[in-house]
Amino acid sequence: MSEFENDAGGESAGRIKKFMFVNRKAPYGTIYALEGLEVVLIAAAFDQDVSLAFVDDGVYQLAKGQQTKALEIKNFSPAYRALEGYDVEKLYAERESLEARGLAAEDLIVPVEVLSSTELAELMAVQDVVISS
Amino acid sequence: MGLELSGRTYDTDEEGYLQNLSDWSEEVANLIARQEDIDMTPNHWEVVNFLREYYTEYQIAPAIRVLTKAIGKKLGPEKGNNKYLYELFPYGPAKQACKIAGLPKPTGCV
Amino acid sequence: MLHIVNKSPYERNALESCLRLALPGAALLLIEDGVYAATRGNVAEPRLREAMQRMDIYALRPDLEARGMAGRVIQGVKLVDYDGFVDLVCERPNCQSWL
Repeated sequence: MSEFENDAGGESAGRIKKFMFVNRKAPYGTIYALEGLEVVLIAAAFDQDVSLAFVDDGVYQLAKGQQTKALEIKNFSPAYRALEGYDVEKLYAERESLEARGLAAEDLIVPVEVLSSTELAELMAVQDVVISS
Repeated sequence: MGLELSGRTYDTDEEGYLQNLSDWSEEVANLIARQEDIDMTPNHWEVVNFLREYYTEYQIAPAIRVLTKAIGKKLGPEKGNNKYLYELFPYGPAKQACKIAGLPKPTGCV
Repeated sequence: MLHIVNKSPYERNALESCLRLALPGAALLLIEDGVYAATRGNVAEPRLREAMQRMDIYALRPDLEARGMAGRVIQGVKLVDYDGFVDLVCERPNCQSWL
């Protein structure tokens, strides 16, 4: 985060930064997933290099066929399909997390790139900012 | 806060956005538009209806940049630009048109 | 990368996921309830010892002391105070808090 401050108004203030949002929570039991999605939509408005990673229970956020009517809360899973319109096109899911939950890429509501833990770790390491929720 | 129409009250938030999506009707839209000093023309309706379709599909109100791009894609570049949309909705297409369309305020609009 | 974990290994899988997604050479700082993972005999000890071979592992001393755990720290875990916490954040190009 220190880079944030160094860059504020500095010579590199205009540089596009790499932001990765790491989603690790299931969608309706807690507010993390919905709030995380809103942060992504806001960040996307600032023309940064935004990517999303889905790890652990976070992969459940993308499960097809969510029906929340009986819970009387909003099904926000269609919003992930809007991300493309926000120019957020880099979506990754960790293979180990999917497999541990009996899920595969075709069970998800949006196309994702499935990465191994190591591949995802390498991608995380080159981000300017990683925000986990 | 709320809107009064034909003896019924419709709940709104402090900025005048409808609380319940299902309260929306063309009459309610016309009432909100009048409060915003907007005379609804077919061009206004085209944007409002587009927003309602977008919301049905994605469950979010789009940011202005996204709205502009999506309208350009569907209705052509002469409509998918800021100038055209701001002429229709001078206080901001995302804010005013979303309000008239009965949607929540777009995420990221402060 | 500095990874920060603040949850007990008995309550959440944050530590486990963090170690799975940490590259060799990364640093791990345990804070708040995360410090229980740095104590002898806890469920995460084998994983932590294994991780120690490839990365630096730190725990926040005030959080260990508050929990009565300062005397039970696994050998090889480095203890830091708040100043050390700040240094760790500044030394690394980026950090990630595992909620």
